[in-house]
Amino acid sequence: MLEARQLVKQYPGVLALDHVDFSVNPGEVVGLIGENGAGKSSLIKILAGLSAADEGEVFIDGNLVLLHGVADSVRAGIAVIHQELSNLTNIDVAGNIFLGREPRKFGLIDQTALRRRAAEILSPLGVKFSPDTLVSQLSIAEQQLVEIAKALSLDSRFLIMDEPTSSLTLSETETLMRIVQDLRRRGVGVVYVSHRLDEVIELADRVIAMRDGKNAGSLSANEITTEAMIRLMVGRDVTNHYVVREQSDADRLVLTELRTARFPEHAINLNVRRGEILGVAGLVGAGRTELVRAIFGVDKAVSGTVSLDGLEVQLGSPKAAIDNGILLAPEDRRTQGLITSMPVRENVSLPSLDLSSRFGLVNLTEENRAAKAMKDALNIKTPSIESWVSGLSGGNQQKVVLGKWLNMNPKVLILDEPTRGIDVGARSEIYMLMRKLANDGVSIIMVSSDMEEILALSDRVAVMREGRLAAVLPREAASQEEIMRFAVMNA
Amino acid sequence: MLRKYGRELALVILLVVLSVIVEWKNPNFLGTANLLNLSRLIGLYGIFSMGVALVIITSGIDLSVGSVFALLGVLLSIGLVDKHWPVPIAVGFVLVVALALGLLHSMLINRLKLQPFIVTLCGLLIYRGLAQYIAKDETKGFGDSHGFEGLKNFATGQLLGMPTPFFIMLVVAAILWVVLHRSVYGRHLFAVGRNEEASRFSGIDTKRVIGIAYIACAFLAGISAILLAFYTNSVQPSSHGSSYELYGIAAAVLGGCSLRGGEGSVIGILLGTILLQVLQNLVNLLGIPSSLNFAVVGIVILVGVIVDRILSSSRPARA
Repeated sequence: MLEARQLVKQYPGVLALDHVDFSVNPGEVVGLIGENGAGKSSLIKILAGLSAADEGEVFIDGNLVLLHGVADSVRAGIAVIHQELSNLTNIDVAGNIFLGREPRKFGLIDQTALRRRAAEILSPLGVKFSPDTLVSQLSIAEQQLVEIAKALSLDSRFLIMDEPTSSLTLSETETLMRIVQDLRRRGVGVVYVSHRLDEVIELADRVIAMRDGKNAGSLSANEITTEAMIRLMVGRDVTNHYVVREQSDADRLVLTELRTARFPEHAINLNVRRGEILGVAGLVGAGRTELVRAIFGVDKAVSGTVSLDGLEVQLGSPKAAIDNGILLAPEDRRTQGLITSMPVRENVSLPSLDLSSRFGLVNLTEENRAAKAMKDALNIKTPSIESWVSGLSGGNQQKVVLGKWLNMNPKVLILDEPTRGIDVGARSEIYMLMRKLANDGVSIIMVSSDMEEILALSDRVAVMREGRLAAVLPREAASQEEIMRFAVMNA
Repeated sequence: MLRKYGRELALVILLVVLSVIVEWKNPNFLGTANLLNLSRLIGLYGIFSMGVALVIITSGIDLSVGSVFALLGVLLSIGLVDKHWPVPIAVGFVLVVALALGLLHSMLINRLKLQPFIVTLCGLLIYRGLAQYIAKDETKGFGDSHGFEGLKNFATGQLLGMPTPFFIMLVVAAILWVVLHRSVYGRHLFAVGRNEEASRFSGIDTKRVIGIAYIACAFLAGISAILLAFYTNSVQPSSHGSSYELYGIAAAVLGGCSLRGGEGSVIGILLGTILLQVLQNLVNLLGIPSSLNFAVVGIVILVGVIVDRILSSSRPARA
């Protein structure tokens, strides 16, 4: 059994872990849940040997283990699959699995043995790629399997998975869940960290909840329900996240024969109405991100026209899109949406500096005012507007991204995976904000792999498959089955 | 306050300590003659170091500055001495060539997406070669020629009691301070240096921001080139300005610019320049063999960077 007792971790200004107890048995799946900032990451980092606890101890089978570095954790049989995958994408699968432990012959890497041993580990996982595939050619889901294979090759007894399904499609998620169940049968103790509560319900034998750096309670197998988990995470009952409303019929954004560079063979015709939330569903790689990048002008469309409120607009750069009121909260908050090593204030003002400037100089008073106003309006939890964005939780980072755009009077707001890796509380705040914006007449395009989110928020659902627009379903016709049918079927 | 200006403060303290030691060993240090010469050099180096720093803030680099000095020096000499161009034409020509080189760099980097290191390394070779070819590998000078005494006296003389290059450096620094720390362009420059992709997603024309930095760098190098040519009074095309770009980079790094981009301050860059010149001066005044000049400068920069690394890793990360 892996057991942590009374862990304390203090960061400047934050008590990340406050006497936290945790345990997982061999052959058991423990769901670790909590809002972002609840302390899950701090706990995982300590078990991974990435940071040291200020107080408290970790035991394996009753013996004290000291985790001073990743090597100590690996030796103790603990493997962690982080949300951000750590494969080296420029070498092949086998090389990644045995990185630093390659079988050798005459001092050189024994390629034959390397591939054979990699294949032995991969085959029970039911993978479709060969050990000599370059990792850069694999999907995120496949890369995750490579990390799992690596953990298995280390004979890990305990596997911690941090938000493993956050960027997986439905079918990939199902494959992963099968693998987790298989690992459990093989006696591996799995810690499954996820915001997707339905997955936790399906997998977990026990749930441990954290809140504000403390243990918030646990649930045994027969007590695990969505309501019970949310209650433990937020400390209160959260009811209906979503509000439905009447929509208008006036077209706001019309795409005519738009072809993206990635899928030039498929022309996209799509209209987005005023005050509508248009969900864009589909498998990862279906061309959803390419479509919104083309609308926003990050990538140039090969051909086609875009019109806004009946007038054709020339797009082709983010600046042109922004000037027309078409704004994008991109898929990857930390590298595309934000400059994490800059303060909240400078991030919020970045696109709108020109608007308030005089003689090319920054209007500092206005900048401060706008940032403070945005912090209050969006309930951004940050020590101050001068704090770096890197220190904020995912939900608060996303609010900063939205704050950038709300300063600018959006007409069309495109959100690519708006709540990926964001906790329940911030998620519902973002949903309410989206709905409020739509009610104010903003058209929202929401690309999401989260089916629950698509179904709950969308007024209409566009489904994409392999670069084409497979269907646009009205709310009444959009069901999980119907969306999946268009997302996977060759119609 | 201490955290924000810690580096600048440390540089000032280091400068004071060095000055006290040098003055104690050799009282000529704070003599008028030495101070005038020292501040002239600080001005010459400071002007182009600020340009190099702008480029470094974009996370780029400009290695061509020293060769630009040689090429522009040769062109200036030919214009004034051989062709007897009027001063405004010659100066204008040199500055236009400087701007053109900057524009060329920015187009190669932005349009063809070449790496700044490669582009400006090729510039370093090409401009040096061109300078030697145009000058037929002969030393070009201003000697006793006539017709541009005004410019010569201006460049080698004083303004408001300061050597002209130092005065110009202060003016450039004042302008650059406003640009870097108060203007929209400056904010965009830091943003692009930290995360070009996110800047683009925020609607910043990142190519324009980067291009302007290279053009400004080349323009400031052009001003420095004119002042330097008159300072040395002769331009030996194979060695004039050689390795000056490294002093510019060193001043920027000492002053707090990270080669990863997105960091730096005008005050820091100036202090970095001053420190480098004081060090060179110290080598002379303390009777250290001048062959050790480069070694001393290199060691000080290395120690500076190491201390900075130790201090910044012991400091808690900003929340």
